[in-house]
Amino acid sequence: MKYIISGILGAATLGMVATAASAGTLEDVKAKGFLQCGVSTGLAGFSAPNDKGDWQGLDADFCRAVAAAVFGDGTKVKFTPLSAKERFTALQSGEIDLLSRNTTWTINRDTALGLNFVGVTYFDGQGFMINAKKLPGVNSALQLSGAAVCVQTGTTTELNLADYFKANKMEYNPVVFEKLEEVNAAYDAGRCDVYTTDQSGLYGIRLTLGSPDDHVVLPEIISKEPLGPAVRQGDDKWYHIVKWAYFALLTAEELGITQANVEEMKASGNPEVKRVLGTETDTKIGTDLGLGNDWVVNIVKAVGNYGEVFERNVGQGSPLKIARGINALWTKGGLQYAPPIR
Amino acid sequence: MATQDIPHDVGGGRASLLYDPKVRGIFFQVLVIVALTAFVWWIIGNTIENLKRANIASGFAFLNGRAGFDVSDSLIAFDSDSTYKRALLVGFLNTLVVAVAGIVTASILGFLLGIGRLSQNWLIRKICTVYVEVFRNIPPLLVIFFWYFGVLSVLPLPKESIELPFGSFLNSRGFYFPKLIWGEGSMLVPVALLLGIGMSWFVARRARLRQMATGQTFPVFWTSLALIIGLPLLALAATGFPMSFDFPQKSTFNLTGGFQIKPEFLALYLALSFYTAAFIAEIVRAGIKGVSKGQTEASSALGLRAGHALRLVVVPQALRIVIPPLTSQYLNLTKNSSLAIAIGYPDLVAVGGTVLNQTGQAIEIVVIWMVVYLGLSLITSAFMNWFNAKMALVER
Repeated sequence: MKYIISGILGAATLGMVATAASAGTLEDVKAKGFLQCGVSTGLAGFSAPNDKGDWQGLDADFCRAVAAAVFGDGTKVKFTPLSAKERFTALQSGEIDLLSRNTTWTINRDTALGLNFVGVTYFDGQGFMINAKKLPGVNSALQLSGAAVCVQTGTTTELNLADYFKANKMEYNPVVFEKLEEVNAAYDAGRCDVYTTDQSGLYGIRLTLGSPDDHVVLPEIISKEPLGPAVRQGDDKWYHIVKWAYFALLTAEELGITQANVEEMKASGNPEVKRVLGTETDTKIGTDLGLGNDWVVNIVKAVGNYGEVFERNVGQGSPLKIARGINALWTKGGLQYAPPIR
Repeated sequence: MATQDIPHDVGGGRASLLYDPKVRGIFFQVLVIVALTAFVWWIIGNTIENLKRANIASGFAFLNGRAGFDVSDSLIAFDSDSTYKRALLVGFLNTLVVAVAGIVTASILGFLLGIGRLSQNWLIRKICTVYVEVFRNIPPLLVIFFWYFGVLSVLPLPKESIELPFGSFLNSRGFYFPKLIWGEGSMLVPVALLLGIGMSWFVARRARLRQMATGQTFPVFWTSLALIIGLPLLALAATGFPMSFDFPQKSTFNLTGGFQIKPEFLALYLALSFYTAAFIAEIVRAGIKGVSKGQTEASSALGLRAGHALRLVVVPQALRIVIPPLTSQYLNLTKNSSLAIAIGYPDLVAVGGTVLNQTGQAIEIVVIWMVVYLGLSLITSAFMNWFNAKMALVER
């Protein structure tokens, strides 16, 4: 019943809020005094509360970066944990200002759902995890015919799974849950043989299982999962702020601006660094966006550059130890590329 | 008001229409209806307008699109190439199955428990009381979790399945039993079954007429049983048992073949039945208690045995009290089946939720949910009202 009621409420608010939202999300956010950011209900490395109840992760830090750009203070964020099913309604209805929740960018979501994706903060792909102890002979996804597969509802994962098994003429039995925790519990209890989601997610989930070492992630990646933040359509100003907050993180890494050296870099002789950090004379680098000229400084002070955010949350500084791979900067053979800030 | 004094035959006096209670009543009713319609109209118009402004697609055309996902439990053929419409139908049928199975089981269990609470036997009475008090006071979601995580998930994995007689297995993936496959000539069996039922009805009618006329009784129950079971068996023997079994076999991952009842269904079905049975037990007890003691005494004075008195005198009268609240319990059970989503049983709400998320058509899906549950409830209610009218005391 709860879901029906929240659905109706969502639908009802949808009818009323859109008028308020068209006043301008930036103005609304400034008036509220904080950024309302939609995150996952707990996915290690992306958005999960730590033992003190603070939200940690790549997606959570992106929320902080946007808050820092707007307020000059990365702590002015309130997090709304959302299930896969609730996330788009929450954004459409104006309950949140920004959705930063390991969400795959697709054409359908970008058009029919009334959303705008701002970029790809993490290039991912869907993978499979099995319990190697219980299934010793299995080392490829192509051996999974007949398996029971745990999957979260309302995800692109669910669709890719159907496509992959169909394309390879294999049978499977989907076991579908709404909440991530429910999927984890069912997989841990042995209700299904295989867990499928984005590969980064699998590494994070593996750590939360009873005995992580028993589980292996199979080598196949069966889809493209470009994960990124999204905003509502119809507010270009806000869309630009969020998009350029992401590019600012990349640019800072490219120019070697870090959380530690950002104050020194302000005095740098490099014109590009000066321009990005807003220390050029008569600069309009921030005011054109509707922000202060020191917006990039604020972002980097709050969360560091993209590389720092990555390593801290999912890379070598985290238990996940995911390599940069295709998420490295374009200068280092990766796909992360920002248009120039000028 | 433009109304003038019009002669009006209210006690012979002349009163303005303005003060006529009847006219005023109608006026205010019309006013309320107009206001309500306008309000609903405004809400709908506003929603459509805002959806358009937010660039969100609307309308029911998406239902014909390719679903792209699979559903674990389906009564009808379904795969990822089927439409969203069919996915919703699959969910609806799953809701129906669990609701009907739950209603039947809960009724039987509830009836037994209700009578048990009135038993002369101390132990039976207390066991039934404890059952009712425990299940009535736990939220249904917890009862579902109890069955799913507490009972069914502690069963062994497929490789260590518990072997049961007749080639059936029990493990954490569900209950597997051999599937019956009908061969050639097996059409005779259902025909024989129908014939058996028809003949039993005829026998029962004749026996009643005979008892009315002569007072002699006839063992209707045993005769009917023999007809309904015996005739199909005879048909089977005559055609040389044209059937085979598909036994569940162990494979790499699961058991394959046979018929599988999944733990999600089992957990939901058992939880709904056990939970609702506790309420039905109380309703049945209240119904029986509601029949005046004089009725029981009168029937024993007439020489009826206790069992006959219960069956012929008390229960028919108790039913009149039982049926209306029973209807509410049936409706509750049907609606509670939407809790299926918590354990991943693909009912209408779960499948609808998936469709909602894949298409983003929130309002349309919520409307479908509401219309379907409303329809189901109204049909149940209509049937129970009919049944109630049939059972009501016929006054002569």
